Amino acid sequence: MASRARPLSLVAPALAALLLALVLAPLLAVGWRGAGISLGPAEWAAVRFSVLQAVFSAVLSTFLAIPVARALARRNFPGRGVLITLMGAPFLLPAVVAVLGLLAVFGRSGVLNAGLVALGLPPISIYGLHGVVIAHVFLNLPLATRMILQSWLSIPAERIRLAQSLGFGPRETFRHLEWPMLREVLPGVALVILVICLTSFAVVLTLGGGPSATTIELAIYQAVRFEFDLSRAAGLAGVQLAIGSIAALAAWLMTSPAGFGAGLGRDLELSAPGGWRKAGDIGALVGVALFLALPLGAVLLRGLPGLGEIPASVLPAAGRSVLVALTSTILATVAALTLALASARRTHLLAEAAATLPLATSGLVLGTGLFLLIQPFAPPMSLALPVTVLVNVALSLPYLYRILLPEARALHADYGRLADSLALRGWPRLRWLVLPRLARPLGFGTGIAAALSMGDLGVIALFAGEHQATLPLVVSQLTGAYRTEAAAAAALILVTLSFALFWAFDAGGRRAAA
Amino acid sequence: MLQLDRLTLTQGTFRLTADWSAVAGSRIAVMGPSGAGKSTLLSAIAGFLTPTTGRILWQGQDLARLTAGERPVTILFQDQNLFPHLTVAQNLGLGVRPDLRLSAADKSGVETALDRVGLAGLGQRRPAQLSGGQASRAALARALLRARPILLLDEPFAALGPALRTEMLELVRRVADETEALVLMVTHDPQDALALGGSLAFVAEGVVQAPTETQALFSDPPPDIQAYLGRK
Amino acid sequence: MHGFLHPRPFRRNMEKMMKKHLLAAGLLTIATPALAETPILQVLTYDSFTSEWGPGPAVEKAFEATCACDLQFVPAGDGAALLARVQLEGAASDADVVLGLDTSLTAAATATGLFAPHGKTPALNLPVEFADPNFLPFDWGWFAFVHDKTKLPEPPKSFEALAASDLKIVIQDPRSSTPGLGLLLWVKAAYGDRAGEIWQGLADNIVTVTPGWSEAYGLFLEGEADMVLSYTTSPAYHLIAESDASKGAALFDQGHYMQIEVAGKLAASDQPELADQFLDFMLTDAFQSVIPQTNWMYPAVTPAAGLPEGFDAFRPAKSLLFTPEEALVARDAALAEWQAALAR
Repeated sequence: MASRARPLSLVAPALAALLLALVLAPLLAVGWRGAGISLGPAEWAAVRFSVLQAVFSAVLSTFLAIPVARALARRNFPGRGVLITLMGAPFLLPAVVAVLGLLAVFGRSGVLNAGLVALGLPPISIYGLHGVVIAHVFLNLPLATRMILQSWLSIPAERIRLAQSLGFGPRETFRHLEWPMLREVLPGVALVILVICLTSFAVVLTLGGGPSATTIELAIYQAVRFEFDLSRAAGLAGVQLAIGSIAALAAWLMTSPAGFGAGLGRDLELSAPGGWRKAGDIGALVGVALFLALPLGAVLLRGLPGLGEIPASVLPAAGRSVLVALTSTILATVAALTLALASARRTHLLAEAAATLPLATSGLVLGTGLFLLIQPFAPPMSLALPVTVLVNVALSLPYLYRILLPEARALHADYGRLADSLALRGWPRLRWLVLPRLARPLGFGTGIAAALSMGDLGVIALFAGEHQATLPLVVSQLTGAYRTEAAAAAALILVTLSFALFWAFDAGGRRAAA
Repeated sequence: MLQLDRLTLTQGTFRLTADWSAVAGSRIAVMGPSGAGKSTLLSAIAGFLTPTTGRILWQGQDLARLTAGERPVTILFQDQNLFPHLTVAQNLGLGVRPDLRLSAADKSGVETALDRVGLAGLGQRRPAQLSGGQASRAALARALLRARPILLLDEPFAALGPALRTEMLELVRRVADETEALVLMVTHDPQDALALGGSLAFVAEGVVQAPTETQALFSDPPPDIQAYLGRK
Repeated sequence: MHGFLHPRPFRRNMEKMMKKHLLAAGLLTIATPALAETPILQVLTYDSFTSEWGPGPAVEKAFEATCACDLQFVPAGDGAALLARVQLEGAASDADVVLGLDTSLTAAATATGLFAPHGKTPALNLPVEFADPNFLPFDWGWFAFVHDKTKLPEPPKSFEALAASDLKIVIQDPRSSTPGLGLLLWVKAAYGDRAGEIWQGLADNIVTVTPGWSEAYGLFLEGEADMVLSYTTSPAYHLIAESDASKGAALFDQGHYMQIEVAGKLAASDQPELADQFLDFMLTDAFQSVIPQTNWMYPAVTPAAGLPEGFDAFRPAKSLLFTPEEALVARDAALAEWQAALAR
């Protein structure tokens, strides 16, 4: 590297610092309003349960995703594209909608128990730690599958051809090609899921079955809402951030770059072994398709009858939500790409932290802290939508970053020097190298970010003004007013819009990469 | 003139020194055992590795302040010389204008360069649709277009057969003649070094020796080169 | 700021994005501008009060017709969030009136010192005596377990009977939900020192504990439980809005705990007269007649036209209610008993 400072090397740390400030300043603002930080045994029990269920959920989601991703990578079948796209859907469901969808299958009067009872078998209960884990796997397995599939498809054809010419069987292919690839991608995938599940609130509480299923986020909720004990809330949020940081550090230490080198981008199918491996792939695909499609179908069926009676306020709220989502997505994409490209050059611990900690932050503390910070300068209500955008950027950036990073690394390793030697910098580098080479992960990542930004309830409730309700808020208002059918219909609209945004970006990225 | 002024390069525990100069338009083969540091030297000249001590100067100007793209250098790597998602013509165009806003004259320049390396009419193909030899030709065509005064070749033809390699060396000589470039070419093959003509810089034991006329060197090789060549 | 932070590579597309962003932000921040010269009364309340189908729109229209002012409802999450919001804003709040706290929160609200006495002694139609110097009730209800009469024609008549049955119930978490807290106080008020024992008996009946009312009610409607903790007026909603007479509320012999929703004037209000005027208006027919079929609670003053059909269907013989101070004191011990009994 020439010694002259490159502008990008300054931007990324500045951006990372800004993001960290966005996460930490509200925490400090909340802590400062309280007298100090104190945690009792009940809080530590909540910490233990949160970590336990998050680790189970992350490990299970990640490992179950491996066979599914492999089957999708090496099999070609009608409906493959639909299944891959469908993988985006569960992740985007609002927690309450997802829970009701799952209950239609696994609940006391769900399809599964109806079947078991018909066969004369005892019914199963979904409530408890296992139910929480099932719900988290339902929500996150598809995300994990997509992230791993992305890596599978990025193994260069040359390496696969070499493996085939050396007569590698499935076992050797796994050892020399797939395992190094997994070593690179799995820690990041597990980290993201662990941190999401750490802060999960409604899912854990609803399916947890009782007060032993208490998470940190619930303890924070209680501290803020019922006791107005801000110092305890800040302390708990700090613990949550610390756990997130430790997990991020562990994932960072466990990640080892696969270093496959570049390929010429020729199309080459992975070999698709027959025998029991074929049966296994079919089993994995059918299993995951059913596991995802049944609850999603239930969401659809619940929503359809109410479509006729949705109130007029749903439309402007939907428009507002889409506007917020698109604005958030653009900003998050610019920020995530900047950080990922900088991290691809050399490891930035600051960028890693900035791209992980927002996930581990408590939505309630973030919202409360921002409220406290903004209130002296402006009526928080007047800033509701800009604050929503800001929070969405911070919360969706980690996904984008994780999705972009492996491919940004490969891009840098394979073409960084060639591009440098051709003085390919700035916009031309973005236009002619980065955007085309990263089109696939960019499409997927922006899709995820856009859909995530459609749902924003947790943080923004404090800021909501009279005429600024977003779609998730309307859904929650409807469910709070007995209007179950209309709420299910509005939720269906929310999910459909989220999914449409996701699909548009994702398919756009795949088309651009083809 | 290219000057390597008391240059020390460090990568981990590996150290390489060089202290010599070469006039513009020289042809220098860089030879030596695997891992001796041939690519390290080219990396430093191209701007991918900052010298630990010493300077690299071109026509009296220290290159340290220039980024890789600003240096008077074209480099051909062992592979990845073309971006697979762009057409051959676009790959060449990047050598003229990185933003690819090519004027009509630029475009006809690209066509001419393709023609000169025997790739006429293949501009719209993707690299994946080219043979190994054609890909090398395309990379050389870009070197021709860029016409930088230093051409660094880091074994770009290692994967080609002997006949094709001879052809490529011929092409390198033509490109170098046309652009009056100083050529530094890493190779393992004495025949390649002889075919390039000019002189040879031997790399061993952490030192890049000053270039010596190749013919003369091979006719009376010192012991370390003898050992490398496998001659008794 | 962005131009300064971003290098040339990103500046060009950043500028494009900024333009879009600013455009968007500009569109978004055109909130409801104050009408010139018209005094504004801000009422901080819970979300569902302000929604299109809540009491908010009708109340706003009726009050603005009499006050020559602009009444603005500011939504602030649920009932518990409301008090947190008041405390967060402190004396700097722009709000004049807080509407929607309940009697399990009023002691904490009074302790903040942010509320001003109302100085009124209106006649109320409440089943218990209620007088609070700072807060006036606007509606109220009894907590009750709601069930489907076609599936459960003979619901249990007490917590003991419920515990002895193998009926499944869904309840709300007292740490995050006001009905959940209400149930905790109900058991405490009905059974005193035996509350822990009652909870132990109920443990195997509880399917799950949800964070809020809507999740619990949703699970019940999906068939996940036989009964759900809600209000005695919930069946009236299904009867009136959906013509569905199948829902019932189980009446318990020990009596039913009450939720009384109140409003209070903030001491730092810059429109104290208007706030007083609103509190008076709150107990008139124009406000009270809106409550039953929007908030699905009993109005604090029965309107001249009486109550809608279904509101008399499930009236407990006995009402239970702690004073705000008692509620505050009882809460921590009751919560500990609840947690100990249900922790499996």
